[in-house]
Amino acid sequence: MTDAATPDAQTRIADIVKGHDIVLFMKGTALFPQCGFSSRAIAILDRLGANYETVDVLQDPEIRQGIKEYSDWPTVPQLYVRGEFVGGSDIMMEMFESGELQQLLGADAG
Amino acid sequence: MAMAAGEIEQLIKAAIPDAEVTITDLAGDGDHYAARVVSRSFAGLNRIKQHQLVYAALGGRVGGELHALQLQTALPETEKAK
Repeated sequence: MTDAATPDAQTRIADIVKGHDIVLFMKGTALFPQCGFSSRAIAILDRLGANYETVDVLQDPEIRQGIKEYSDWPTVPQLYVRGEFVGGSDIMMEMFESGELQQLLGADAG
Repeated sequence: MAMAAGEIEQLIKAAIPDAEVTITDLAGDGDHYAARVVSRSFAGLNRIKQHQLVYAALGGRVGGELHALQLQTALPETEKAK
């Protein structure tokens, strides 16, 4: 065993991603984000009235490392909608400003 | 831990030669930057792939020694019109 994600972590991540329509992997919780980028991602989702789940990667080193490999994306937060990786907070902000994120979340916003 | 803005620009241009790179030091601490990268090589790629190209250029530094890189990618105006 090394620090790299085990298949187990990848399976757990896949289960989480597929089990929720909108899920944000982040540092901290929706109420207490531990990083400015995660905070920005939460603010965008709240602004859109989205009904989302969050996963605090700080609580689980395997998920924290594994999520980067799962999406080939080096940073957290990461947003997944209906099983698809959407992007980090920069892409979320661009899509929010262009109206694309509202459209994407539309069916699920509640 | 910190990286110089010029080093970030150099790394991006080494991998994406036609890139126009604009770096802003957000906090003045050499650790929180914003980068805007404009390149023809982004044509036909979605935003995720565009950002991944830049992350690859930085060779694993983003999320590591470079904690925060706010990233914006775009095609040159001339390409968008096509």
